[in-house]
Amino acid sequence: MRLDWFPLWLSLRVASISTALALAVGLWLAWILANRKFRAKEFLDAAITLPLVLPPTVLGYYLLVVLGRSSPIGQVYQWAFGQPLVFTWQAAVVASLFHSTPLLVKSARAAFESVDRSYERAARTLGATELRVFWRVTLPLVRRSVLAATALAFARSLGDFGVTLMIAGDIPNRTQTLSIAIFDAVEGGNGAAARVLVLVVSAIALLILTLANRLTSNPFGPRQASL
Amino acid sequence: MIQARIRKSYAAGLDSAGFSLDIDFRAAAGITVLFGSSGAGKTLTLDSIAGFVRPDEGRILIDDQILFDGASGVNLAPRDRHCGYVFQNYALFPHMTLRENLEFAVERAPRLGRRRKVAEVLEKFHLTEVAGRRPYQVSGGQKQRCSIARALIGAPRVLLLDEPARGLDAPLRAEFYSVLRQVRQEFGTPMVLVTHDSEECFQLGDEMVVMREGRAVQSGTPRKVFDQPANVDVARLLGLYNLLPVEIRSLDPARNASRLRYGDFELAGPYFPGRLIGDQVWLFVRPDELSVAPSNGRPAFNQIPAKLLRTVQKPERLRLEFLGDIAVEVPGGAMDQFNGVNEWVVEFPSRDLRIL
Repeated sequence: MRLDWFPLWLSLRVASISTALALAVGLWLAWILANRKFRAKEFLDAAITLPLVLPPTVLGYYLLVVLGRSSPIGQVYQWAFGQPLVFTWQAAVVASLFHSTPLLVKSARAAFESVDRSYERAARTLGATELRVFWRVTLPLVRRSVLAATALAFARSLGDFGVTLMIAGDIPNRTQTLSIAIFDAVEGGNGAAARVLVLVVSAIALLILTLANRLTSNPFGPRQASL
Repeated sequence: MIQARIRKSYAAGLDSAGFSLDIDFRAAAGITVLFGSSGAGKTLTLDSIAGFVRPDEGRILIDDQILFDGASGVNLAPRDRHCGYVFQNYALFPHMTLRENLEFAVERAPRLGRRRKVAEVLEKFHLTEVAGRRPYQVSGGQKQRCSIARALIGAPRVLLLDEPARGLDAPLRAEFYSVLRQVRQEFGTPMVLVTHDSEECFQLGDEMVVMREGRAVQSGTPRKVFDQPANVDVARLLGLYNLLPVEIRSLDPARNASRLRYGDFELAGPYFPGRLIGDQVWLFVRPDELSVAPSNGRPAFNQIPAKLLRTVQKPERLRLEFLGDIAVEVPGGAMDQFNGVNEWVVEFPSRDLRIL
């Protein structure tokens, strides 16, 4: 049996890029949701959470409409990069991003909200700007929770199927990710290849979840000791 | 000198009553204590000065700089107010060592002097030995000193302290008092300290402001406030004993005398200007102004018979608590010969009687 490892490398690449993007966008959104008061706050939170509960086909359809060749965003993308976005591996990154960001925002918001306000207030009275308060005080205090959330987001990106299939398609050696390759292998009666790929995905996911669990243990000793 | 006139209202919610803060006070050099029970608006006042809370209206000034002015819309961010703040939980950054905590506070200062400044302050607050440890690795006293040191290292114009001695045991509390006295002496930074502990007002306060339900109900030196509370509510807030409901029976300005009725007993006091015969008032005497003797039959002039409930030994004094909310403090050891005596007479010295 000759196994094509391209889907694994593609999945790892897509998951890495989309997790990095999710981290940048998600931390910012989570910080806003945890610290700012505004009228549409809970609506925004609900909108961010929506991809977690919507069927992947629905989310994929929306993305096709918004990012398709004839959409304004799709045209801007094509003008900037010389090729359409849909049915490329970059579209798979977008699919993963929409699937993993909500998970990260949810966890990071909870982490930011759990930080004792007095630490941030103390930093402000000591002359720190909001950016410095975030980098030097808030983020280090929630570092482990955020890393754990990032690990979960990565695992989630790695396993995306429906949305990726809708907007990136199933083009071997171009957009075929691991989960789609497994589906193809099963469909095509290639049970041996499917088994290997399934085991690889399971092993990676298990490893990441173990890492996430280890990260969520308290870094500063017992709770009261951190005061 | 800090001057604060602050108004802030919170509307009543489904599960909370409304609250309004309306306070006007000044704090000069030394320690000004904001005293009151919880929910009086003390911390809200402190947070308004620090810039964590935006008042609805008012004006907050330190020396001649405006921190907040409702009318002109000036509202400096906390980082620009130069107010040191010592939190109840100290709020030392748990992911930094004590040295890093101090360094964080001087990052705006020129690089050259920073290390020397941190070393100096660590030395002054006896923290050099533990400078490399994180907050959870040091003792309560060290954490406390570090949080005061961190608030002071940037040379703030005022130091705000939010119940920093709450929940501390006696030795730590004593250590904290001595650190604050040292700070008062060496730094000269005006301090505003929030507390609900009347003992702390005496231990530390140069001035005190008594707060109740969002208002300043009395201010002055602790001695003055404790000697002459503005009204019975303040006296109760201060935890004072010997508040007795009396009726004025006679007033004689010529002889500077009055007669007061307390239950079945009559007491002679000084003349009370502005009062009328028949007024129902509260009599107030400090426990150390009263004297006691074992009862031997009929009480004499200005004496009231009283049944002893318990005795409380204090560091240098003994407090005898009687039925009817009467308490007398005598020097420790003065009562050893009367052990087991339950029936006493309490003598009210005429000249010390005050009414509220």
